[in-house]
Parts: sequence; C-alpha cells; structure tokens
Amino acid sequence: MRRCEPSPDEDQPRTDALEESGPCENNPKEDAVTAPPILILHSPGTNRDAEAALAVKLAGGDPSIVSMNGLRGGAVSVSGFAALVLPGGFSYGDALGAGTRLALELRTWLYEELAGAVRSGRPVLGICNGFQALLKSGLLGEPGAPRRVTLTDNANGLFECRWVNLRVEPGCRSGWLSAIEGALIRCPVAHGEGRVAVTDPEVVRNLEDEGLVAFRYLSEDSHAEVERVAGGHYPANPNGSVADIAGLCDPTGTAVGLMPHPEDHVVDWQRPGGPPGGRGLALFEALVDAAR
Amino acid sequence: MPTTHAGKGSGVGSGVPVRIQVTSSDDPRAGRIVEGARLLGVSGLVACRVSRVHYLQGDLSAADVERLCREVLVDPVVDELVVGSPATTPHPAVEVAPRPGVTDTEARELERAAAALGLPPVLASTARRYELIGDLDTAAVSAISSRLLANDTIEQHSLGPIPPSFDAPATAGARVESVTLSGLADADLLSLSRERLLSLDLAEMRAIQEHFGREGREPTDAELETLAQTWSEHCLHKTFRARVRLEHTRADGSVTVARYNGLLAALRTVTEELDPPWLRSAFDDNAGIVAFDDDFDLAFKVETHNHPSALEPFGGANTGIGGVVRDVMGVSARPIACTNVLCFGPPDLADRDLPPGVLHPRRVRDGVVAGIGDYGNKLGLPTVNGAVLYDEGYVANPLVYCGALGLLPSGSHPTEPKVGDGIIAIGGRTGRDGIHGATFSSAGMDEATAEQAGTVVQIGDPITEKGCIEVVEEARDLRLYHAITDCGAGGFSSAVGEMGEHLGAEVDLVGAPLKYEGLEPWEIWLSEAQERMVMAVPPGAVETLRHLCDRHDVEMTDLGSFTGTGRLVVRYGEQPVVDLPMDFLHGGVPRREMVGRWADPVPEPVRWPAADPARLVLDLLSHPTVASKEAIVRTYDHEVRGGTVGRPFVGVRADGPGDGAVLKPLGTWGHDMAVALAVGINPRIGRLDPWAMALHAIDEAVRNLVAVGADPGRVALLDNFCWGDPTKPDRLGSLVRAVEGCLEGARRYRMPFISGKDSLFNEFAGEAIPGTLLISALGLVPDLHRTLGSALTGAGHDLWLVGEPSDRLGGSLVAELLGIGDRLVPPAVEDPLRRYQAVHRLIAEGSVTAAHDVSDGGVAAALAEMAVGGRLGVEVTVPAPGESVVVALTNEAPGRLLLESPRARRDHIEARLGPLGRRVGTVTAEPSIRICVAGPAGGPIPHREPVTIDLDAAVRAFTGRGSAPDGRP
Repeated sequence: MRRCEPSPDEDQPRTDALEESGPCENNPKEDAVTAPPILILHSPGTNRDAEAALAVKLAGGDPSIVSMNGLRGGAVSVSGFAALVLPGGFSYGDALGAGTRLALELRTWLYEELAGAVRSGRPVLGICNGFQALLKSGLLGEPGAPRRVTLTDNANGLFECRWVNLRVEPGCRSGWLSAIEGALIRCPVAHGEGRVAVTDPEVVRNLEDEGLVAFRYLSEDSHAEVERVAGGHYPANPNGSVADIAGLCDPTGTAVGLMPHPEDHVVDWQRPGGPPGGRGLALFEALVDAAR
Repeated sequence: MPTTHAGKGSGVGSGVPVRIQVTSSDDPRAGRIVEGARLLGVSGLVACRVSRVHYLQGDLSAADVERLCREVLVDPVVDELVVGSPATTPHPAVEVAPRPGVTDTEARELERAAAALGLPPVLASTARRYELIGDLDTAAVSAISSRLLANDTIEQHSLGPIPPSFDAPATAGARVESVTLSGLADADLLSLSRERLLSLDLAEMRAIQEHFGREGREPTDAELETLAQTWSEHCLHKTFRARVRLEHTRADGSVTVARYNGLLAALRTVTEELDPPWLRSAFDDNAGIVAFDDDFDLAFKVETHNHPSALEPFGGANTGIGGVVRDVMGVSARPIACTNVLCFGPPDLADRDLPPGVLHPRRVRDGVVAGIGDYGNKLGLPTVNGAVLYDEGYVANPLVYCGALGLLPSGSHPTEPKVGDGIIAIGGRTGRDGIHGATFSSAGMDEATAEQAGTVVQIGDPITEKGCIEVVEEARDLRLYHAITDCGAGGFSSAVGEMGEHLGAEVDLVGAPLKYEGLEPWEIWLSEAQERMVMAVPPGAVETLRHLCDRHDVEMTDLGSFTGTGRLVVRYGEQPVVDLPMDFLHGGVPRREMVGRWADPVPEPVRWPAADPARLVLDLLSHPTVASKEAIVRTYDHEVRGGTVGRPFVGVRADGPGDGAVLKPLGTWGHDMAVALAVGINPRIGRLDPWAMALHAIDEAVRNLVAVGADPGRVALLDNFCWGDPTKPDRLGSLVRAVEGCLEGARRYRMPFISGKDSLFNEFAGEAIPGTLLISALGLVPDLHRTLGSALTGAGHDLWLVGEPSDRLGGSLVAELLGIGDRLVPPAVEDPLRRYQAVHRLIAEGSVTAAHDVSDGGVAAALAEMAVGGRLGVEVTVPAPGESVVVALTNEAPGRLLLESPRARRDHIEARLGPLGRRVGTVTAEPSIRICVAGPAGGPIPHREPVTIDLDAAVRAFTGRGSAPDGRP
C-alpha cells in the first residue's frame, strides 16, 4: 500500500500497516492490469482504513490511503483510481450524527467525481461510517429524489460490537456483487447508528423489488448449508434494522454500502471459532475483480 | 421532513440567535430515560420526547438556516424540525446545556459545517430538551433533571429554554500577579497553600519562600502554580520517593521495622536485578517498553482517573482514556489497544446509604462506561481487556483505571531535545478546563468538592486526539522531533518543564491558541486542557511538521525554544510570567520522611454457615463481580484493527468469559507471535493482607495470561496503587505492605515491573477506599493459532485441575456473600513458574483445547463458566482442603487453572503435569454441571451427593438473560 499524496519527505513513503511497500507513484494506473489502484478515503476520524487497505491488498488490489485534504488540494484525483472504498470510523467525530459531516463534504465538493465514478461503473464500497456517509450524501439514491431510507440509532440506543452472519442478497442488482451472490459472510459489527429505517413499509418492498438490498443479517446458527434470516431478532440482527437489511446498493448497483466490517475477517485466525469459511475477503475480491 | 415554524424567533439577524430543535421520531434514548427514572425510584414517567437543540448566531438568512437544517441537522426519514421558540407543551420540558467553557464538539462541528456550506460565519451552541410525559410532581421532575438528565458539575438545566452562550474568538488577559511570600509565618504559608489549592505542605512552602528570599523578589502567580503542579503528589509521587519507615505488627504480636529509601527505588531495583534482555525501558518514560519482535517494541501504560470520574463520570473516564493514550504517544508509539478496570459501589445501593454530594454507583458506572466507549471507539482502538468490581468501599470514590498499549519500531523513540529546538504544541486548544487537576487529585474529596471542581472536570475530544496520533506516527517515522511528551497534569508547565529539565526553555504564551478569551497567563501555562502533545522540533523540520498537521486538520503552535540556560523562562509578550532555575523546579522539593503502620489481622475462629452448595454457586455466578459484563463490554469496539484473537467473550454463543486479550498488531503479520494482556485485582484480600493482595493479583494476571496461551517467561508487569491519604500511618502501612508484596512477587515470578502509577488521597470525608492494587500484565503468545478460550469444546474430553485448594476463605467472594469472618487469606503460590511453564508447554504444543483460571467464586464458578461458554456439561470430582463441600467448591486459592484436553492426550498430559495437577473428570453432552468433592485423603467425603447445577440455570445466572433468544440484560 502506498500513500499517494505529496509526502513531506518523498524518500520515505508511508508503509503503515502492510508488510510490503513500494515507492509512491503518482500514476497508480501503470500496474492496473495486475493490481487495480483502489482509493481508500481517509477523513479526520476514519479508523478502519488500514484494515480496508489490507483487505484490498490481499484481494489483489493496489490500495492507497488518501486523505480528504489530499483530494481537496487536488494532488490526488478520484479519477485515477479503479475503485473507491470509504472505510469505517467516526468521521469528524460524528458529532452531528453518524457520517453527516462526511456526507456534507462528499456532497459539497466531491459529488461530481464520485457520481462520475459510479456512472462509469467503477465500484464504490462504503463500510459502516462510509455507508452512513454514502447514504446520507444521496449517492445511494436516485439523483435528486427525496431520501426515504436512513441509518439511525441502534434499537437499544447503544454502540454494539459483535460478530454477525450476513448474506450477499440473491437478486441484488449490483453487478460486481453477483460474483458472490448468496455467499455467507461472518464478520463483526461495531456501531451505534446502524439501524436501517424507512419512511414507510412500502419503501422496503421497493428496495426489494428493485434489487437494492445488498446484504441481510442471518440467524446466529446459519452456516454455508443452512441460512435463515435473522427475523428481526437481537442479537442476530444487532441493531433492529428493518427487514434485517445490513447493506444496500444504488440503482446502478455500482455503489454498495454495508454496516458490518468484512475487512475484519480476511484470514481464518481472525474468526472467533465456529464453522470454517465466511471470510469477508470474498467481498474485496469481487470489488478488485470488478475494478480490473 | 415535517417542519413547523413556530413562534416569532425564526428571523435571523446578527444579534438574535436562531433556535433549531430537532426531534427524532423513535429516539431510543427516550426508553432509557424512562427506565432510568424507574431505577431512581421516581414513578409516573411514562414516556419522554428527546430533542436536540441548536442555537446559531450569525448573519444567516432564513434560506441559510433552512439549508443548514436540510443538509446537516435534520434527517428526512426520522427527524422533525422546529425553528424558533418551541411550541408550548402541557408536559414539563427540561433543557440541559453545557456550562460555558465546557467542550462542545457538536457546536464546533456545526460551525465548521456551516463554513463548509459557504454560509456566513456563525457561532453555535447546543442543548438537549426532554419533554417528560406522565404524572410527575415538581420533586419528581427535579429528581429526574438533576439525577438523570444533567450533571451540575458541567451542565446547567432548567424548565424551558436556557439562553445560549457562545464562545467568542479568544485573546488572553495579560495580568500577572505577584504573590507575597516574604515574612509570612508558617500558618500563613499553609493557609496560602490551601486558598490557592496548591496542596503543598509546610516544608514545601518554606522551600519556596526561601528560594524567592534568595532571589530577592516575590514569586508570580504562575511561578507558584508551576511549582505546586511540578511538586504535586500526582506529578512527583512524593510518597513513593519519600524515606519510609514501616512498623509491622504480626499476628503473634511481634513487631518488625523496615526502612525504605524510596518505594519507587525499591521497585526499580528489582527490575534492574531481573534485567531481562527484552526490556527496553522501565520507569524512565511515560510508558514501559519491551521488545515484541525483531522490528517492533511494545509500550504499555495504565493510569487512573478517579476523582474526575466521581464528579463527572462520562468526562472523567473519557479523558482518562485520552490521557493514557497520550502517554503511549509520548514514547512515540502508535496506540493499538485500550484496557480498563473499574471499581464501583454496589449498583443496587439504597438511596439512604448514599452520602450527600455523591452520585449513585449506577449513574457513575453508566457514565464511566459510556465515556470509555466513546473515547476508545472514536480513536479506533480496540478496548480488549479489563475487569469490573463492585464493593461498598467505592461508593463515594470509584476507581477508573485506563490502560493503553502501543507499538513502535525498535529504537524509534528519541528522548534528547537539543538547544535551539522549537517547542511545538499540537492538538487541542487551551481553555480554563482542567486547571488544578494535578493538585486536585492530590487531596481527598468531600461533599463540597463537586461545587469547587468545575474547572477540573473535562469532556474529551477524541477526534482531535485521533489526528494527533496520525501526525505523531508520521512525524516519528520522518524523524521530525528530538523529544516528545504529552500535556497531562500541569499542562504546558510540566510538559515543557520536564522536557527542558537539562537544558532550560523559553516560552511565549501569546501564540497559544485558546478556546475563549479571558485566560490569564498562568491559566494558559497550567491548563490541563486535553488532546495536546509537545515536541522538541529542530528548526529545519518545523515546516514539514506543519504540512503533516495540515493534512490531518491538526492545529500546531510554536511556543518557544529550548535554550541551554538551565532556566525555565515564560513570557506573555514582553511581560515576564515565570523565571525559575530548572534545578530548583526539579530538585528543590524537600524529601518527605513518612511512617506507616500495619498490623496483620489476628485469626478468629470461623463458623461455617449452612448453605445449599448448588444455590450458592448460582449466587456466585450472578454476583455482579462475577457475572457477565457483556452489557458493558459490547459497547466497546473490541474488533477494530482486525487483530483481536483472544476476545472478551468466547464460546459457541460468544457469551463465556475470556481470561485475557490476545492481539495481533497490524504491521506484524509476517510472523505468528501475538501480544497478550491480562489483569489481576482483589481488594477483598487487600483489606486483610495487602502483601498477599499483591502476590494474588500478580498470580491472577499471570494465570490469565497463561490460560490464553502466553509464555510465562516473557511477562512484564505494571503496578497501579490506589490508596487513601498516605500521611495517615495506617493507609501508608497498608500501601508499603502491598509494595513489599510486589517486590516479592516480581522476584518469585521473575517478572519485572516496567511502569506504574500511584493515585493516593482516594478518600471521601475522611473515609478511605480499600487500598487497591491493580496488576496489569503484558505477555507474548508464541503462536496465535494456539490461543485458547475458556469455553469447553467437546463432550468426552478430559478436565484437569492444576494447583491446590485452600481451607482459608479470607478475602473470598463466598466469605463476603455468606458473611464468613475468616481473616486468613489463602497462601500465595511458592513456586509458580514451574506449574505455569508446564501448562504453557502443553498449550503451546496444542494438547489443550480450553483453559480457564480459577478466581472469584472458586473452582465451581470457573467450571460453570467453562460449561456456559461451550453449552456443554461437566462431571468432575474436585479435591477438598477439609471436610466442607462449600469450601472445596468456592475457595479462591491462587495458582489454579482448569484445562480441557482430548482423551487421546491423557497419558501425555498426566506425565507432563505430574504432581502439579490432576485429572478431575470429563466434559459431557448432558446439560448439567455435576461436581463431587473428594476428601483430603482422596476418597469421597462421606454422605455427600454430587452438587448438581442445571446448565440453563448457570447460563441465566451468569448472563443475566432469560432463556428467550432475544433478551438483553
């Protein structure tokens, strides 16, 4: 992984959490054939950027953690990347609500670049805080349409950290998720505002009919052979999300967001026992494949 | 987005603030408030409507306000908006706002959001509104307001709106006061110390008087404050540096006298004796440092934040985490995990037993837990290990231990500032918050403390600290600084004073960025405002550092430089503020001579009350100290950074207790080694025998580490002493005995202490807490794939018990529960390393499938916990130290571990353990825990049926949950 922004000292690029590092290149497209360049967006308070970068790396991508100020200053451009990940965290402290301030940044000066990425079919993945920001920025909805879905306080009013079972929803219209359609993923949630809420029940039917539901929470005893949705039950559905929805995609299927953290389950030893499989790495492999 | 424009206040002019009230249609906080009122004993509250209130002052048009609401403040799916005065309501509407000067990150972010939208500059202020629906009289509303919704220390509340206050851009007042010392008699010196909250004793005041007598002038207010902070118990550890005499009366009446030329020096001496090759830094830096692998070192530090947490639990614990994380940054480490150990009064304490001026233990707990979660989660650090204890000794003075672990490349921490280096501060702005924190924590508390402490208690701002973490890590890798330290107690004064101790420093306070106007120079200099670091930066590196800070939105200030004059010189522009020789600041404090007295308890005959053993085991499992802490720990992110291998919860339903944390740091995935953290603490033993408390706590921490797979040959220890007023001989006597226990423990376990901290004066109205030693242990797991949990894994597996029981119940939980007045505690382990090395070898080679330490509640509780975790039964025969089944099941003798292994490993394990352990039974598929008790000679105790506990009952007792799959405690 590289930090592709003006380094204060060009001879010493950041290597951060990864085992390997390479020289910081200003044109990451050069090795796109083998490892597509993937932007990991870092804003103040972002915190699972290193894990997201590691997941992208293990999936065969070439991640770069880029700060908001790096993008804002124009030193790095979204257009130079084949895919974009908005990782988890508490952007700007989430002091005005989870992802709200980041969503404002995305809307006020980054919207065209992001919408352009989505139009051109370059995958965009928002995880946890990244999902909250994508949703609240409007990037997951029809452009200009009033927002009818939100992410708000967990039903119990508390931050909650636990492992959950997820299913990549069959029938989801996301092209790049189709490679892992129906797959079961086990990974942790860690959030206080992850409850999917809608203006009225009709909205859920619309989401389902349109194939916009990308992930659902499954029951605790689900495994590769037997899958049951959580049925609204805590803790399998950890936050009270309507219809067990854990993640959504935009109408083009290019932008995808989810609350759980697949980047925290990329190798087997990260899993707290239980049946084998269910690695979140599969999601990043799908993302990288689509970015090639 | 239903919008109501109510009242007349919605027109925005520059003078009239606009009020914006946002209400979420299904805010879960409402339900928690109704439940909280019920727990307070206030009946009649049936529902609550919670609103966020924002005031904006600035030149905003109605369209600007509408846009700000739409873009930032109002969620179109769940929120309702009222701009202007709130509609009248038949229900009492309590509004709560932070007091002026209290950190309000929501207001700050709102101001920044308005700027991001290109709106004219605005000032923001926030409040919360609670409409209380139900049948409530004035007293009920008042109780809910002051005991549930607002904390007077940092917040104001009223029925209806509170006029907003806006923090204006800051310029400091320039007043420097001269304080007359010359000619003051002893009594006057002491009253001056009291009035100015200096916490200095007569000898110290005299030393200061003499120094300025020699200089031929009076000190400035800032000089006096600087000396008071630097010489405070909190910063200087005067008790731990004092010459101490211990008069120790033994149970047989004989008296021995021991003399220590400094307790801290004694602890250091043992570390120097042991001097393992992997030790990098002990006691010298802000955190202890040990080697991890060929490339990286680990830094570990545990602090306490007790008094602030007693007064403002959220803020106190919040800034406790912030502070200890900065300690780890202060040794150039990237923080990678947090720990915490919390001691509270009983959660079900009756109101009549609550001293005046004290918050209820439940409120303290809820606030502390929320504060710890908020800070650690927002820093992106996994909160992985700790403990929660409940004891009546902590009602008025809770203990909040906060720990942080960091990772740094070996040899990357520079510690030598050079003449000419800039004194660079980064991070948060300076305010009046936290003034006198160090001296405040160096005195006891009483009823009036909460009122006096307004400036001491702070709310943290984790996102500012997060930026500092990133800047410091990058600055370290680019070698931009020659020294670094955190701004903790004493603020700039101690950071600059310590860093420049051998050089001298010159500081101009004019450039220091302030939160609001009106601070006097001494306040800027002494403020303990959070989230600040100070670095010694060579002139050529300052611009590069500034680039880094800009990238991460971190504020950076050049305060001055290190000079080589040996003096600490502080100016405010042209005005002199401080001019002190470093050698007087750091060496001028008179050394204390102190006396401690301790008498071992005289044993008394013990009567065993009759108890149904099965019922008793369930009562122990459901005791708040033993029962699952899931309701607390799930609110901490323990997974972030993707390296948590040993978790707080284990087993098939992830609700069995984990013994210790195992972490695989990001950036070290090239090998299989991992880090393990565990704690040991037992104030019940300390009440009877503080020496034994130390050995038991060390043993508990170590056996927890061994249980998760750590190598007992690579363990480093941290001590944290929380005691009462050490000038009282009984408190000091107990403290010295605990230190003696630590010295013995370090030698016996061959584990060095690498860092420690003491928090003394934990007293309320003259009543001390039980002296409480926390031992935190840092170990290495050779292969993370061999990390174990406590949950049973397979029916038919063997169960083993390592270690021997004791017939002494002194300090045990069962003695507390049944009121057994045993004054003898179980003996400490004589030769602990042999057994732990044997167990470690078995775990490391993969022969063991589960391991659990035996501690609070004894072997029966430990077996039940393993069964709960695995949802499997057990059938065992445990050894009895005497004729009592209850004693056999519940004694808390140290040095014991339970192991589970496959049947095929039986002969091998038997050979390896020899007399160190014994096979006690098997894991079964039956949902029951069946425990027989063998007599001292090995045969069964006659006429005793096996004690049988239903697995479901054990699950319910331990987890507090009904059998419904859906319940939350």
